[in-house]
Amino acid sequence: MSNTVNVRIPTVLRPMAGGNSSVELTGATVGDVVGELVGVYPGLKENLVDEAGAVRKFVNVYLNDEDIRFLEKLETAVTDGDEVAILPAVAGG
Amino acid sequence: MPVVASVLDLIGNTPVVDVSHLSPNPRVRILAKLESQNPAGSVKDRIAMSMVEAAEADGTLQPGATLLEPSSGNTGIALAMICRLRGYHLKIVLPQNVTAERRQMLEAYGAEIIPSPAEEGSNGAVRLAQKLADEHPDWVFLYQYGNEANPTAHLTGTGPEILRDVPEITHFVAGLGTSGTLMGVGAYMAEHAPHVKMYAVEPPSGEHVEGLRSLDDGYVPPVFEKWGGIDALHGKRIVRPADSIVWTRRLVNEAGIFAGISSGAAMAGAAKLAERLEEGVIVFIVCDGGWKYLSTGAYTEDLETVIDSIEDVIYF
Ligand SMILES: Cc1ncc(COP(=O)(O)O)c(C=O)c1O
Repeated sequence: MSNTVNVRIPTVLRPMAGGNSSVELTGATVGDVVGELVGVYPGLKENLVDEAGAVRKFVNVYLNDEDIRFLEKLETAVTDGDEVAILPAVAGG
Repeated sequence: MPVVASVLDLIGNTPVVDVSHLSPNPRVRILAKLESQNPAGSVKDRIAMSMVEAAEADGTLQPGATLLEPSSGNTGIALAMICRLRGYHLKIVLPQNVTAERRQMLEAYGAEIIPSPAEEGSNGAVRLAQKLADEHPDWVFLYQYGNEANPTAHLTGTGPEILRDVPEITHFVAGLGTSGTLMGVGAYMAEHAPHVKMYAVEPPSGEHVEGLRSLDDGYVPPVFEKWGGIDALHGKRIVRPADSIVWTRRLVNEAGIFAGISSGAAMAGAAKLAERLEEGVIVFIVCDGGWKYLSTGAYTEDLETVIDSIEDVIYF
């Protein structure tokens, strides 16, 4: 089962993603989608995931604006029309 | 009310207002804790006071000292009020893309502003302050992101007040900046009301920050890591500018609460959570009043125009 989702790319990563601010990709889980993303744009890989394949500490990945660390992480299932957002961790205050 | 000797005695003990008529779920109550009632206007009065007192107590802060702090506004303003009264000099590293009112408040209380590049956002202010602190070891660097007195102010103040005033609380929602509010209140609830679930909301600030070289320039506050971080929370979501503004307006129009934009974001998070719950009592934090955001047009301008222009402004 494969679903089409929209992935939002933050400004900092756009140069490594062909200048795109968002990309349509397919997959059954958030992990599939991120995998496709780094497949298409290999330059993104070391920015997003560590050697063990987990999302890096300074990166937050959201499915429909919910941080996936509170869902099933990269195993979280996606459905057609979902939105995945990748954001660098930013300080407030 | 008793007469107090100083405005500093008015920090904390903030009121809670029932805004359940804004709840999308009739079985879920929503209550707003008005941190905007603090004397310098935000929740940050608590942590500024507690950091200064801790540094005075351990001797770090001597009479006439100069303090340095990175802040997108509220912590700086709170420190500025306290430093004025205690005779300290204060330098605030402030990103250039904050509202004019935040700058004016700092100036009103006599703080010196060191601007940091807008493209680098808050992370840039933290980085510049760290560099300046290294170069000027004689300046006192309280560093809210790594100072134990920050979450401790919420552990000993905000948390107990909430449970005292709303013993039936089931969920807590607040904005995530330094994480002091959520980590401190969370630690208190873990001890005294462990069934209470903690939810963070954040703006999509990282989306437009251009001055990062890579995601490794991202920043996770030491306070967050030391006080439980992800494990201390039950959920975290982005609230986008559109929802934040819509809920900021609903707070003012339907509850008379003139709050800042991050409070609209927290209210949006509370409403979203309420939709999913069977029943419950949500307390959320109104971090500051709307005064410092009037120039953005957030309350009265055409909605589309505001949403567009607010994307480049730091309002957390
Ligand atoms: C307006 C506003 N909202 C939310 C927050 C988040 O609070 P905390 O730093 O305790 O996480 C802050 C401060 O960072 C703030 O100034």
